[in-house]
Order: sequence, then structure tokens, then C-alpha cells
Amino acid sequence: MKALRKQLDKIKPQFQKGGKFEKLHSSFDAFETFLFVPDKTTAHGSHIRDSIDMKRTMSIVVIAMIPALLFGMWNIGHQHFLSIGETAALLEKFLFGLGKALPIIVVSYVTGLGIEFAFAQFRGHEVNEGFLVSGMLIPLVVPPDIPLWMVAVATAFAVVIGKEVFGGTGMNILNPALTARAFLFFAYPAQLSGDKVWIAEKADAYSGATPLAEAAAGIDSGVVNFTHSFMDMFLGVIPGSIGETSTLAILIGAAILVFTGVGSLRIMLSVVIGGIFMGGLLNIAGSNAYMDVPFYYHLVMGGFAFGAVYMATDPVTASQTNTGKLIYGFFIGLMAVLIRVLNPAYPEGMMLAILLMNVFAPLIDHYVVEANIKRRLKRLKAVKA
Amino acid sequence: MSTVKTEREPMFSAKTKKLLIGPLSKDNPITVQVLGICSALAVTVKLEPAFVMSISVIAVTAISNLLISLLRNTIPPRIRIIVQLVVIAALVILVDQILKAYVYDVSKQLSVFVGLIITNCIIMGRLEAFAMANKPWPSFVDGIGNGLGYGIILIVVAFFRELLGSGTIWGFHVMPKAFYELGYVNNGLMILPPMALIVVGIIIWVQRSKNPDLQEEN
Repeated sequence: MKALRKQLDKIKPQFQKGGKFEKLHSSFDAFETFLFVPDKTTAHGSHIRDSIDMKRTMSIVVIAMIPALLFGMWNIGHQHFLSIGETAALLEKFLFGLGKALPIIVVSYVTGLGIEFAFAQFRGHEVNEGFLVSGMLIPLVVPPDIPLWMVAVATAFAVVIGKEVFGGTGMNILNPALTARAFLFFAYPAQLSGDKVWIAEKADAYSGATPLAEAAAGIDSGVVNFTHSFMDMFLGVIPGSIGETSTLAILIGAAILVFTGVGSLRIMLSVVIGGIFMGGLLNIAGSNAYMDVPFYYHLVMGGFAFGAVYMATDPVTASQTNTGKLIYGFFIGLMAVLIRVLNPAYPEGMMLAILLMNVFAPLIDHYVVEANIKRRLKRLKAVKA
Repeated sequence: MSTVKTEREPMFSAKTKKLLIGPLSKDNPITVQVLGICSALAVTVKLEPAFVMSISVIAVTAISNLLISLLRNTIPPRIRIIVQLVVIAALVILVDQILKAYVYDVSKQLSVFVGLIITNCIIMGRLEAFAMANKPWPSFVDGIGNGLGYGIILIVVAFFRELLGSGTIWGFHVMPKAFYELGYVNNGLMILPPMALIVVGIIIWVQRSKNPDLQEEN
């Protein structure tokens, strides 16, 4: 650590004003502040001091994603060996999954950070921290057999159109990782539908359909046949995108986020409540087989849990006010289940629900603040009179 | 109204040239004035319909500008919008009939959007803002300029959408077969209307960062 610090200090002057690599200043700055907590402090004005800065916050989110990632890697191997009808040891499955997932992660980070660094140099900004998280979220929300060039194209689209256009991290309206997924979903639907993930190498008796695809098929056939039990879905031994299958691993991540105060428990809970509410309503209506799927299944199928914990809580794109967070989360849960069940063309409602509510978040905040002002004005008038 | 000018302006004075060139860059009807977006999104999936649409709009803007400019001193101000609409509608019907007669397939693809040229804000905008107050020749040039400004954006957007969305240009396959064998897939999002909006947005982005005087202050 000391040696690294020394080395950094040695090359630092070259990156400062008048130095040889002055133009690359922001790249150097990014690496330095990533490795060491910066000692810069604000010189003027009153401000709240907190020892945790944005890079450390982002790192915690990445740490919280690790359980889902590790489980996802194992699950890739598990599903693979299951589909070819062989049994394999735990390590073997994990290594197979690692071989599938690692290239996706590398491609996502290299593309995204490359663009972020390029924009930072070009604009003379500091490099934004946001991509540390997005770069990890993107691999977790794509199916494991997605072609790598698609990951690169989608990442580039998400970073440029989803973020840099609006001014970089903190200014974006839409969650960049979900923008990438939405781009893939609409641009290459065949590769992302998810239900054909394991079919290329399947043994005869094996259906590679995700629970969501099975449930959607129930609309036509009149009965929903789940290959997997509720417990399987909760633990995550089902086909699906890399990080989304295991609700258990996601709950561990959620615990880390809530414990460190990085993720908003308020949003997570209200998403779940929204999902249960809509699921319950559809259960009561019950006019087709999908509507009859018990509401608690929605919480463990597809990306619901993943979206609620890692995506909906994104501090930039979520509502900022406490009341706003409740409304925002509730409608995400509600819309996610609604889209899933009532629109079979979009099996994964979670993605669209979060993107939709991202757009509405500032509006919700606006009305919450307005209502607050009105209430206080009224109180003031009552006192005066 | 009619002021007598002693000296005749040359056909292509600096002023008329500006009328023709301006809409291509700094006064572009789509990217700067943000008019005519609707049809720009609808007809730019393929290059051919976009080209035909551009030609139609150029014809309608130029001729309607000319006609209204000729009539400008006789139109009662209170009913001027009606008169303008009658002129535009007559021209659009003409264009529609010509397209049906000579390029039937394209006219089918364009379907309702040829008829909707009537409501294209660019045309009404030019009639109100320019033709009602200027002589016929500058009005005609202004119409052509604005039509060209509209058309050039349409063609750029359609070029990218067709190339990336279908792998073709003007209906001919240009994406090498080898790409597809390596796993390249046409981008389905490019065919959907939202992508046209995003491509137009990117053009606006590039244009504004090149011309700082177009950027709004805030």
C-alpha cells in the first residue's frame, strides 16, 4: 500500500498543471481517488462532513452484489450440467459459470469505463464514479449466453444516451444498467427473451423455460405448469439472467445495503408491498391461469427481487423525498406485476416498471414538496388568525 | 404594402443565398426549430420513402410559398389561415396523386403521411413567417431551403436506421454476409420509432456542440 502511494506521488506532478500529461489529469485523478480516500476538503461555506465519499458508496453496492454474482456463476454451471444431463461437482459448476460470466463483466467494464474516461478527458471533468455499479449491474441482468458484442453495444448506448447526454453521473433520468437491458430487449429480442437460454445444448427431457415464460404460456394453455417449486425459485436454481435468479442471495445483498445505509429500505419494502397488492388484486380477479398464480410467486420469479433491491434504490433515479419514495416504490411493484400478467409481449415487467417510474420520480417529488408547502402555509394561516 | 424599389436585386444575392443555405444548418426546421418531427419519425425506417417524402415536402413548401407570396396582398388577414390551408391541401393532393401514379409502392409505404404534409408545421410556419411578407422569388427560395433542411435530416436519420436496422441501403444489402455468419444481428430497436427520436437527438447534440451560439443559456 505504502509503495503504491509513493509511486502515485512520484508520478503525480506530471499530471498536474504544466506537467507532461496535463490532459490526462482526470484519468489520474480517478485512479488516485479510487485507490485512496482523497484529502481534498471544501474550502468555503457550511457543509455536512461525511467520511464516506461516492467511490466508497459505490464500492459497497458492488460488494452487496457479490452474493448474487457468485450464486449466479454457480447457477450457470448448474443449469448447464442439468441441461446436458450430467452431474458435476460444485467447483466444476462454479468454474464453468465463471468462464461464462467473467467475459461479460470484463466487456461491460472496459466499454463503459472507456467511454466514461473518454468523456471526462474531453470535457475536462473528473471521471464519474457511477459506472462502478452500472458495470456490475449490466452483466447481472443479461442471460449468460448473450453475445459479447451485444453487451458492448448496449453498454455504450446506456452510457452515452442514458447518462453522458444528460451530464454524467447524478444527472441521469434513467437507470443506466436498465437502459442497457431495455436496449437489448428491444434491439435483440431473440437473444434476450431468456426462455431459450439453455436450449442450444439441452438434453431431451429438459425444458429451459424460465418461470416467467412458463407463467405467460399459461394464458393460452389455461393452466400454469411450473417446472420448479416455490423454494427452487427462492433459492434460485432456475434458468434466468445471471444475477436475478436467487432471491436468497439478493436478500443477503439487501441486508448489506440496508445495514450500511446505502440502499433505501423504504423503497425496497414499498416495491414488495406494491407487488403483493397487485398480485393479490389479480388473484381476486382470476380470469386466466396467469392471474391465478399466487401473489407471492411474483416476488421470487424473474427480476422482481433484483430490481427492487439494486435497481429501484438507485439514489440518482429514485424519488428523493420520503413520502415520494413510498409512492415510487409502490408503483414499481404494482406496474411490474401488472405488465407481467396483462401484457404477455413483455414477460419481464420489472425492467419497464422501474424505467417508467424513473421518469415519474421527479414529478412525484415535486408534488410531495408542493403538498408539504401547502400544509405548512395552512398551519401558518391558522396561527395568524 | 407594396413599396417601390428602384434597384432590382440580382437573382442570387447574398440574402437569397442565405435563405437557401440557412435552413441546412443554423436554421434547420427539424433540429433547431423542432418542427415536422412527427413525419420525421414515421417515414425514416427506410431510405427510399424518406427520400420521396423529402422531395414531396420540398415541392409543397416551395410552391405553396410561391403561391401565397403572389396572393399575399389580396388575402384578407382574417381568413388567411384558411386560404393557406386550401393552397397547401390542393398541392398535397396533387403530390399524392403523382406518387400514386409513378411510385405506387412507396406511396403505399408512406400511406397517411403524405396526406399529413398538410399539417406539417414547417409549411404553415414558412407561409406565416415568410411568404406573407416577402416577394415571390425569395419566398420560393425560402421554401426550397426549408424543404431541403427537412429532407437532409430525414435522409441522414433514414440512412442510419436502414443500415443498422435492416442491414440495407435503398433496399440493397450492404452489410457483409460474413458479419451475419459471425453472429451479427440487425438492431430491432432501430426500426422502432423511439430510435428515430434518439437519432434526431444525437444530430441535435452534435450540431449544438459544434455551434455554441445555438445553445440556450440557463
